[in-house]
Amino acid sequence: MSGCGFETYETAWCPGCGNFGILAALKNALEKLQKKPHEVLVVGGIGQAAKTPQYINTNGFCGLHGRAVPPAAAAKIVNRDLTVIVNTGDGDTYGEGGNHLIHNIRRNIDITHFVHDNQIYGLTKGQASPTTAEGHVTTVQALGSKMLPLNPLLLSLVLGAGFVARGSSGDVKLLTEIMEQAIIYKGYAIVDILQPCVSFNKVNTYKWYKERVYRIGSDYDFENMDAAINKASEWGDRIPLGIIYKKERPVYSDKLDFLKKGKALVYRGLNPQKIQGLLSDFM
Amino acid sequence: MDYNILIGGEAGQGMDTLSAILERTLKRNGFEIFSTKDYMSRIRGGHNFIQIRFGDKKLYSHKESLDVIIALNAESVNLHIDRLVENGTIVINTGSDINDHRLLEIPMKEIAGEIGNAKIAGSVALGTVLKLFNIKRDKVNSVFDKVFKKQDIVEINMKAFEKGYGLVGGKYEVNGMNDDDKIMINGNEAVAVGAIAAGCKFYSAYPMTPSTSIMNYMAAKMNKIEMVVEQAEDEIAAINMAIGASYAGARAMTGTSGGGFSLMVEGLGLSSMMELPLVIAEVQRPGPATGLPTRTEQGDLKFVINASQGDFPRMVIALKNPEDAFYQTVRAFNMADKYRIPVILLSDQFLADYVTTYKPFDFSGIENERYMDNNKSFKKGEKTYKPYELTPSGISPRIIPGSIEGFTVLVDSDEHDETGHIVESGRLRVKMNDKRMKKAELLEEDIQEPEFFGSKDFEVLYVAWGSTFGPLKEAVNNLNRRGGKKYGALIFGDIWPLPKKEIVEKAKKACTLVNVEQNATGQLASVIREQTGIICTKSILKYDGRPFSPEYIIERSKTL
Ligand SMILES: Cc1ncc(C[n+]2csc(CCOP(=O)(O)OP(=O)(O)O)c2C)c(N)n1
Ligand code: SF4
Ligand SMILES: [Mg+2]
Repeated sequence: MSGCGFETYETAWCPGCGNFGILAALKNALEKLQKKPHEVLVVGGIGQAAKTPQYINTNGFCGLHGRAVPPAAAAKIVNRDLTVIVNTGDGDTYGEGGNHLIHNIRRNIDITHFVHDNQIYGLTKGQASPTTAEGHVTTVQALGSKMLPLNPLLLSLVLGAGFVARGSSGDVKLLTEIMEQAIIYKGYAIVDILQPCVSFNKVNTYKWYKERVYRIGSDYDFENMDAAINKASEWGDRIPLGIIYKKERPVYSDKLDFLKKGKALVYRGLNPQKIQGLLSDFM
Repeated sequence: MDYNILIGGEAGQGMDTLSAILERTLKRNGFEIFSTKDYMSRIRGGHNFIQIRFGDKKLYSHKESLDVIIALNAESVNLHIDRLVENGTIVINTGSDINDHRLLEIPMKEIAGEIGNAKIAGSVALGTVLKLFNIKRDKVNSVFDKVFKKQDIVEINMKAFEKGYGLVGGKYEVNGMNDDDKIMINGNEAVAVGAIAAGCKFYSAYPMTPSTSIMNYMAAKMNKIEMVVEQAEDEIAAINMAIGASYAGARAMTGTSGGGFSLMVEGLGLSSMMELPLVIAEVQRPGPATGLPTRTEQGDLKFVINASQGDFPRMVIALKNPEDAFYQTVRAFNMADKYRIPVILLSDQFLADYVTTYKPFDFSGIENERYMDNNKSFKKGEKTYKPYELTPSGISPRIIPGSIEGFTVLVDSDEHDETGHIVESGRLRVKMNDKRMKKAELLEEDIQEPEFFGSKDFEVLYVAWGSTFGPLKEAVNNLNRRGGKKYGALIFGDIWPLPKKEIVEKAKKACTLVNVEQNATGQLASVIREQTGIICTKSILKYDGRPFSPEYIIERSKTL
């Protein structure tokens, strides 16, 4: 599996953690897409999921909790040659970083966002996350979570995301395929990935997911928004896996001509002597 | 020769246009200009005023005494008449019920009505005022062209102007009218132009008065300069975006005021921990919380010096005037790149918005040194690349991620080893912390001492920082001209790390050491005391949201 050299450090995840399946799928997908390590940037916030950049040999940015998306977006803007991927947790993405999610779907920069959704705060030892079920008891939600869980797929759809999918760390093969599609997709692609946390989520276990998930059939029309809304709404007894919605939309850089022409912005120099003419604004 | 004109009225009465034209016409006649705005935080109504001071010698500040009031409503007269000199003039529309021998009523509204557009009344007043000062009218047309752009609008304004010009005779003497070779610029524009000249390719910010006009200027140049200006969803995003762009290898900047900076604080630490260069403009307004949004204060000094958890190097440069703002902004990018640290440019509403004249800035001397190691030793196979390599200087090599096959760049907000991987070892933690702090020691060698002016034999030494430069310079000149006590002043530009040599030397000579600051607690005095043990025994502090004037400093000096 390490043919392209994405192997790196030993991880600090618990044995049996769903993150392993996600990391494996990510490496598979990058290999299948024949990416080289220096061409890829993996960005995380803070959390167990967010440590992904530590465990893969690519460029990496382990930023602040909740703040993975803004630096990823900016890095892509200034260097469009990079394949930019965000790997981070449900708390990171939907909680602390909720505002960035909303507005970067609107911004539609060509980056890929893999959310390791274990429905819990793993790193801080098991508090409720935005996707934790109502009534789920934790150390902090001692009387059960009182909040409605957020549906990330529906949220992304109504915000206008052009690529919305769900994967599972329990189905690495499917996840690899989804990841490949998401990375190739031109625009903001979000994949919510079911990921058991064996240490702190005793409700949403491998078994719990296994009893519920199913692969979306090949006859499903993922360009149909109504169908997508229905699919995204399914949760509970049956949980669909696969691409929920996919449609081309103009991306951020399509709206800025100068970004498309010539070299990536970061490689363009500037001769200060040539812009002295700006001072005519003040004459 | 030194005159001061006030234009007063409500928001929405066209004062901005009138003042822009008057300022520029005076500038194009070769005068030095110093123009300030006093705006309320509202879009309509309220009382706003603009003061345009002009003269034949360099002006460092606004001043309080007025020669002419152009009153767009009666309130403007009531509020400012106390400052009008005996030989002054109040230009106002015919039919006011004000009784004052300095009143000059002109039918500006009637003339505007006759020409057929109520909005051009200001151009009638403009004509009258230029005539009062015996200023030639040949420059007016080109200024109208620049401001209005549309030919029909220019024409009716010219008509109104000519009418106004014909209404009165000359009253004031001016000299120094000559060919104009200057630029006229405010602090925020100077920061924006400086950043562009420094090769800034990415600016992300969230709108917040009084910092927004930095973004406005850059945004207008996006295509021409090929830089991205992005309105972020909040200040947290703004700073984290700028850090991401910096990681990717672009020169990046963000800007805000104190409230937004509060939200950026974690990002500030991130830039230092990751050792990614970043320039932040913090344009102060009175706080805490929303404070006085359109007013000025120097209340954030200790905040920006101390913001964020942990110990790490940062640089804070207080901007003194628009010219200084331009050159220091360029320097800030070089310092940020050299040391891979955040550099904060500390400005304030007064400096952000006042407009003054300078010789055109010199771009020929600008060198943008990126301190990048892409072309050096990291060719494929020659050497491994470690983004946090422990070097004698503490400064590690930097490459553009993606630019060299076989090399990747990992950066981390957690404590990390030389390769950027998370560590918890106490020994390595100390090494990495020492590495970062070593850069702070080196940085001290690059720090600029405060500027001194005034009498070499001073008995009273003022210490001040940033935009207080202008008003204090005029005040000190004035005090020394009067005879009696002798005054000197030290103005800090580089303020963190605090340069110590000058203050330590000069403080020994001074009988009285006085901090002059636009805040309530004397924040510079506190930093000086902390860093040098030197105590300012007296202080002149102001925190009503309005800038110091030279007159105010002189008045307070008498009671020291
Ligand atoms: C500003 C800030 N607040 C809180 C924390 C503490 N914190 C670290 S990770 C985390 C939640 C992690 O949950 P999630 O994002 O779902 O990641 P997981 O560990 O489950 O993969 C929290 C609250 C932090 N590091 N920074
Ligand atoms: S705490 Fe949960 S999410 Fe974190 S490594 Fe362990 S199992 Fe995985
Ligand atoms: Mg989680």
